[in-house]
Amino acid sequence: MDVIEGRVWVFGDNVDTDAIVAGEYLDAPIEETIKHVFASLKPDFVNEVRQGDVIVAGKNFGCGSSRENAPASLKAVGIKCIIAESFARIFFRNAIAIGLPVISALGVPGRFQEGDTASIDFSRSMIVNVTDGDSLHAEPLADEMIEILDSGGILEVLRRHGGGNQ
Amino acid sequence: MTTAEKILARASGRDIVRPGEYVTAEIDKFMSHDAFAAVHMSLASVGVQKICNPERVVVALDHYVPPPTQRAASIHQLVRDGVRKYGITNFYAERGGIAHQVMMEKGHVLPGQLVVGTDSHTCTYGALGAASCGIGFSEMAYALATGKLWFRVPQTIRFELNGELPFPVSSKDIILKIAGDYSAEAAQYKAVEFSGRASRDMSVESRMTISNMAVEIGAKFCFFETDDKTQAYLSNRTHEPYQEIHFEEPSENMEVYHIDVSEMEPVVAIPHCVDNVKQISQLERLEIHQAILGSCTNGRLEDLRIGAEFIKGKTVHPNVRLLVIPASWEIYRQAMDEGLLSIFLEAGGIILNPSCGPCFGAHMGLLAPGERCISSTNRNFKGRMGSDQAEVFLASPATVITSAVHGYITDPRES
Ligand code: SF4
Repeated sequence: MDVIEGRVWVFGDNVDTDAIVAGEYLDAPIEETIKHVFASLKPDFVNEVRQGDVIVAGKNFGCGSSRENAPASLKAVGIKCIIAESFARIFFRNAIAIGLPVISALGVPGRFQEGDTASIDFSRSMIVNVTDGDSLHAEPLADEMIEILDSGGILEVLRRHGGGNQ
Repeated sequence: MTTAEKILARASGRDIVRPGEYVTAEIDKFMSHDAFAAVHMSLASVGVQKICNPERVVVALDHYVPPPTQRAASIHQLVRDGVRKYGITNFYAERGGIAHQVMMEKGHVLPGQLVVGTDSHTCTYGALGAASCGIGFSEMAYALATGKLWFRVPQTIRFELNGELPFPVSSKDIILKIAGDYSAEAAQYKAVEFSGRASRDMSVESRMTISNMAVEIGAKFCFFETDDKTQAYLSNRTHEPYQEIHFEEPSENMEVYHIDVSEMEPVVAIPHCVDNVKQISQLERLEIHQAILGSCTNGRLEDLRIGAEFIKGKTVHPNVRLLVIPASWEIYRQAMDEGLLSIFLEAGGIILNPSCGPCFGAHMGLLAPGERCISSTNRNFKGRMGSDQAEVFLASPATVITSAVHGYITDPRES
C-alpha cells in the first residue's frame, strides 16, 4: 500500500455510527446519506471536507451498529484514511471490507490539530504529523487486511477469486 | 483453551489457536435481516449466482416491519427476491420477530457454533454458548459465497458474577453496571465469559440480555456455559446434537473480574453513552415523555411478565406514551394467552407488533426535540431514537414501567 497524506479532521472518543450517519438514513442511497455525515457532531464537516482528507480520532471510533453505510459514507465524502487510538471491531472490519484504510495508533489523540497534514506509511506502520514533524508508531495491519485493501475491498477479492463463476 | 479459541480452532481445522493469530474459519450459521437486501445487491454486483450453504442461512425481516416508507417496502422486496434466488428456506418475513430472538427461539443456534450476522447484536447467541458476532453486508456477501471468513483470535476476559441478585434488580442492571464501571471499551476485540452463581441462576432469557449488550462493552463474542437451563431451552426447539460449552479454569494471564451482585441497585445509563451509568437513587427528578418495553435486549416473555406485574392495577402517566414491543410473534402470542397484553392495554400502553421500531430511530415512536425517553433497549446514542435534541435513558423493564406510571424516572423498589 502507498503512503497516504491528507488534511486532518480531529474527533474525540466514542464516535458512534449514529453520529457518523443517523439511523434515519440507514435505508437511504449513499448519495443521500453523505449529505448528513456528522450532522449533529460537526455540522460544517459535509460542506468543508475535501477529497483526500484524513480523520484522527480517540478511542472506540465507530462504536455501535454494524451498518456499513457509516464507513461507506466517510469514504464517499472523500476520507482517505482514519487513524484512531482504537476502533470498534465491526466498524474496523467494515472499513477494511469496503477498502477504506483504517489504522490504530496508541497515543494519537493530541498529536494532531485540525487542519494539520498527516502522512501514513502502511508498510512501516508509521504516522507522521507533516505540519510539526512529530511521528508515532501504529499497529501493523495483518496481511489479510492489506490484501483486501489493495484489491479495493472484499467484494473485489470475491470477484477476482472467481465469485462470478460460481 | 478458552471457549473462543476452541470454537475458532475447530472451525478453522486446527488443533490449537492463540490470541492475536488470524484464522480463516468455516461459518456454521448466517443471520441476516433487512440488510439482506444490501447483501443480495453486493452478491449480484460481483456476479455471484449461488451461495455455499443456503440451508445454514436464516433471514428475518425486523427493522422496518411493517415498512414505514416506500423505500423500506422496496428493501423488503429486494430481500424476498434474494431469499428466492439463493434458495433460503429459513425465511421469516414479517411473522417471525426480531431476528436475534427468532434465531434463538426457533432453534437455529447451538452451543459451540460459529455464527455471523449482519447486525451488531448478533453476539446475543452467546447466551447459548455460540461464538457469534456482527459483520457488515460486504463481508456477509463474501462469507455466503465462500462459506468462510477471516477472524483474529480474541483474548478472553471473564466476569464472575457472585451472590444472589435482589429483585427487582435484573440482568439488565448487571450489564449496564459493568459498562459503567469498566467502560464501553472494557472488552474491545475480546471474548467475554460469564461465570459464577448469578450467571447460573439466570434464565436463558436474562443471559440473552447480557450477551446482547456485550457489544456495548466492545466484545466480539460472549459466552455462558451449558447447563440444565440451556438444555431445557434447546430441547423444546431442536433435535440437533451439540457440543456442550464448559469453561476451563482461567489461565494466569486471563483478566478475571469478580462482581458481587447481591448488593446491586437498579441503574440507568444516561445520555448519550451506554457507559454513562448512575445508580437510580442518585438521579434528580427527571420527567419522561416516552417509555419503551421491548427490543432484542428486553422484549421477552419474562420482561413482559415483570412489566405487567409492575403496572397491574395502575395507569400510565398522562404525559407519557408507553410502547410495548414483544420481541417475536411467539412471545406476542404467549403474552396474549397469559393476559399480559390486556394488562398493558388497560393501563394505557400501546402494544406494537414485533419489530425494531423506534429502537434505532426508524418508526413507531420517535422523539421530538426536548423529549426524554426511558427504554429497555440497548443504545442511547445522540439521535438514535429521533431528534438529536432528545434524550434516551436505558434501564431494566421494571424501571421502565415504574417510570411510565410515575411520569418521571423512578426506582422500581418504590413502586
Ligand atoms: S431491536 Fe434495536 S438493537 Fe435489536 S436488532 Fe433491532 S434495532 Fe438492533
